[in-house]
Amino acid sequence: MSEAKYIVGIDLGTSNCALSFSVITGDTNATQTIEELELPQVTAPGTIESRPLLPSFLYLPNEHELADGALALPWDDEATVAVGSYARSQSAKVPDRTVTSSKSWLCHDGADRRGPILPWAARNPDIEKVSPIETATQFLLHLSAAFADATGVPLHEQQVVVTVPASFDPAARDLTVEAAEYAGLGGLSLLEEPQAALYSWLDQQGNDWRKQLTVGDVVLVCDIGGGTTDFSLIAITESGGSLELERLAVGEHILLGGDNMDFALAFALRKELESQGSKLDRWQLTSLVQGARAAKEALLADPTLNTVPIVVPNRGSKLFQKNIKAELSRQQVLDIVTDGFFPECGANDMPRQARRTGLTQMGLPYAQDAAVTRHLAQFLARQSNDTGDLIRPTAVLFNGGVLQSAELRTRLVDVLNGWLSEEQLPPIKVLPGAKLDTAVARGATYYGQAKSGRGVRIRGGTARSYYVGVEEPMPAVPGFEPPIYAICVAPFGMEEGSDAHVEGEPLGLVIGEPASFRFFSSTVRRGDAVGTILQDWSDDDLTELPAIETQLSAGSGDDQNQLVEVVLQSSVTTTGTLALYCVDRSQNRRWKLEFDVRGHN
Amino acid sequence: MGFISRLGLAFGLFFKVLSDTALASRAAGLLTQPEEDTTPSSFVPEPAATPEAPTDTSALQLMAALQREGRFIDFVQEDVQSLADDDIGGAARLVHEGCRKVISKWFTITPVWPGEEGTSVTLEEGFDAKRVQLTGNVTGEPPFSGTLAHHGWAVDETKLPTLTRGADPSVLAPAEVEL
Repeated sequence: MSEAKYIVGIDLGTSNCALSFSVITGDTNATQTIEELELPQVTAPGTIESRPLLPSFLYLPNEHELADGALALPWDDEATVAVGSYARSQSAKVPDRTVTSSKSWLCHDGADRRGPILPWAARNPDIEKVSPIETATQFLLHLSAAFADATGVPLHEQQVVVTVPASFDPAARDLTVEAAEYAGLGGLSLLEEPQAALYSWLDQQGNDWRKQLTVGDVVLVCDIGGGTTDFSLIAITESGGSLELERLAVGEHILLGGDNMDFALAFALRKELESQGSKLDRWQLTSLVQGARAAKEALLADPTLNTVPIVVPNRGSKLFQKNIKAELSRQQVLDIVTDGFFPECGANDMPRQARRTGLTQMGLPYAQDAAVTRHLAQFLARQSNDTGDLIRPTAVLFNGGVLQSAELRTRLVDVLNGWLSEEQLPPIKVLPGAKLDTAVARGATYYGQAKSGRGVRIRGGTARSYYVGVEEPMPAVPGFEPPIYAICVAPFGMEEGSDAHVEGEPLGLVIGEPASFRFFSSTVRRGDAVGTILQDWSDDDLTELPAIETQLSAGSGDDQNQLVEVVLQSSVTTTGTLALYCVDRSQNRRWKLEFDVRGHN
Repeated sequence: MGFISRLGLAFGLFFKVLSDTALASRAAGLLTQPEEDTTPSSFVPEPAATPEAPTDTSALQLMAALQREGRFIDFVQEDVQSLADDDIGGAARLVHEGCRKVISKWFTITPVWPGEEGTSVTLEEGFDAKRVQLTGNVTGEPPFSGTLAHHGWAVDETKLPTLTRGADPSVLAPAEVEL
């Protein structure tokens, strides 16, 4: 393999992908300029345009539907599926054949992530469905080809960093790496998206960041994309006289984003239109959603506007006939988006559990409470330091398309300041955000540089502690499941490239039989060391993940059904994924415990 | 020179220009120096420039994109005489938004003259007559002083999509059949 020429950062987003890169030079002191790659993509049949973002949509056409060569790309004259802008525009016209939100499916533990389940809505038997992992592979293949086309060197020879939500569980991280491997990209590193956003800010500030943040500061990164909301806390610490950054905590996975807001507005408008006797078909509803999004952005950007008209055109060539006219008012945006998704609430408020209509799409487990602020309150209420005091942010960095709106940023700042002032804390500092739609990819490239010593690095390690459920040894009682205890196998903040062994009583497993363990994670139990045993816990403490399992294959000289004594071992790979093993020390062998990604719901 | 004689000369020149390259360039020189021509406008033969082969693909591409994003062809193909301003207004918003998107993606457009319209402008000798057009009382020698009536528009950068073999540029919008 040739030596890497570039560091490449890839944002594999729920709604859009982006790629940025910097040249690797001999100069190890200076950070290199980060460039964004313009991504060629099919925008209409037979038409290729280059855009900074690649919409994360995959279109699977019927074989008779398009002319030969309609989806041809500069690097693939025979392409038969489309990724990007054209696929996104088809999602409205031919939803059955368009894969959308595949990243939300990749981390949905109720779904079979390797199974052909997408497009979820498709009922048509001639559609060859794809798996969430194949979809991710398609996006990566496209980015990889675009990169090679532009630079003349293959992507797999470069230092590649791919971002994932901080809230991704170990299985979803593994699946992302697996998708990259299918796309020919081994040896990449994963990076949490909110960290990438902060790296992008560091890149933008240069050395000035030390003037804006100082020891004791805690930055809240608030990232609201098209489909997901992600929170992280990053502290400024000191070591040997220089400032360092340390990621303290990440939030739970919240499936709530800008798309939900646009749908909520469009549904409100549709209700209004229907009460006036206008009936909208599917095509018109999509047009209404797009209109609502544009009108929302206009109203949020310009405080002097009071209403923005929306026209839903008639589909035929007669542009002036049977148009449906609606109007979005400032009050509606305030009621539905600002107060609906960002309501003022107390620091002790918790997300509500009642499912709201208009926000759910069949299949994906959307957040039950649309209030971003209540999710934020819950996240902050759970974060306490070693002495049990709540960790309160002193600065905030916004990221994601939704927070391009100054009005929504102001609302979040007001809510945060309300909470801080109740505790007699000073108001929060707002860090000026970067280019929000490409910040994550740029930050990933900066991280690639920081890893080799050019730039500040955020110390993090695993964002959670992990536990395996082990049955208490007790006589079997019919009808009763034996109680289990949870043993910590990987502590919070476990660094990449390190291993941990669970000492103590070995477990007895049977050769040739499948073994399955319950598996838990915690974002709040930061103090637990490897081997810590929890007898009981609350749902707030530990979150149960899908089971982990292995089949103990027999080696030479093993009897079937033989009992072996194993201990648990965990390791965090240099890629940034978690691996768990059952180790048989007497024979110096081990079996990997696989995450169950088949989904059973 | 009488009309008939001039007609004769014109036809003579017409064919000579077609066959004689050197004469053609002299004739072209005559046509681009109108200030030397002090006689009233006279009949002149068509310049026999050989036009480049017409490349209509880019034009068709642009029309297709304006239709796709902004329903532009639908808009201009309609008869608007009988329609109420309110209806036209609603549709115009759609057309404006979509066409604006295409134009801003494909072209980087900036004013030719950076100043505010209505302000005074002085044109030094050697100004680029392709970029600035003089109107009104145009006499004498530069420098010319006047008022900026329109700041003009120029394309700094063009970024046209690539057409692949799967495209038929003459189809501005395919017929749509809903199944």
